Amino acid sequence: MKAAVVIFPGSNCDHDALHTCEQVMGWSTVPVWHESASLSGADLVILPGGFSYGDYLRCGAIAGRSPIMTAVKAHAEKGGLTMGICNGFQILIEAGLLPGALLRNSCMEFRCQYVHLRVETADSGFTRSLQLGDVLKLPIAHGDGNYFATEDLLQELNAEDRIPFRYCTERGGVLPEANPNGSLENIAGVLNKGRNVLGMMPHPERASEAILGSADGRRIFESLAGAFAEVGW
Amino acid sequence: MQFACEIIISPRRDILDPEGDAIGRSLGRLHFEGASDVRVGKYMTLQLEADSAEQARERITEMCRQLLVNPITEDYELSVRSL
Repeated sequence: MKAAVVIFPGSNCDHDALHTCEQVMGWSTVPVWHESASLSGADLVILPGGFSYGDYLRCGAIAGRSPIMTAVKAHAEKGGLTMGICNGFQILIEAGLLPGALLRNSCMEFRCQYVHLRVETADSGFTRSLQLGDVLKLPIAHGDGNYFATEDLLQELNAEDRIPFRYCTERGGVLPEANPNGSLENIAGVLNKGRNVLGMMPHPERASEAILGSADGRRIFESLAGAFAEVGW
Repeated sequence: MQFACEIIISPRRDILDPEGDAIGRSLGRLHFEGASDVRVGKYMTLQLEADSAEQARERITEMCRQLLVNPITEDYELSVRSL
């Protein structure tokens, strides 16, 4: 498995993602500057967290139209594994690779804390090693993570089982008090129709080793390793 | 011809605007009774070389479509004035 981590001006979780892919998972991993036209033959593309272009215009709007995104779109459209974390999720939405919108947190606060996520589907390369109802403890750090979708889209995402993670209590209850940002239906992540593109606000790459407070994020990377070994992507 | 263009971008009516709500509550605390429905958007200006006002308007509409506005969450209004 070869991973590429795209770096935009203002990315700040790029090294966390590089570290997890390279040191924790042992994958061949390359950083890719946003002005590049090539993903260097990567099987997995990660758009990391941060504040690309200082969140100017809208979070992810300018990065979503940067030169590397042509290659990211081509990779995603041919079924290549693509993962956007936090700002990366915002970028994937702005680039049109994932539906919906991420609005200002309803509490108007920047939220930097641990959250719990309930796994809602194992039917994707990102979640295939997880069980329905598993609870993951991961950190969030964002001001604009309030997932919004029109009623029709929300219905479609539910009907097509494209919501892999919802914010929940420690014991797995998907309840309003577990929702840190006002996201519709506690949505913490969404998949594209092809199930090969995932966007999520929480940071699995920052919680992939016990020394960091949680190693639950590693289970997502292990799913990817398993998916790659089996399907070859 | 040179045109001065203004774009007012506002959150769509069906979208929650927590910033507008917070400002509205603050106005209430200052006893500005009767102030309601505060919405916060963006105001942009740009100058554009075009053959006519109509062409300028078309090009800005395209800019809005491709970059400046997120149609899921935002509405916009344009004005174009020749310089």
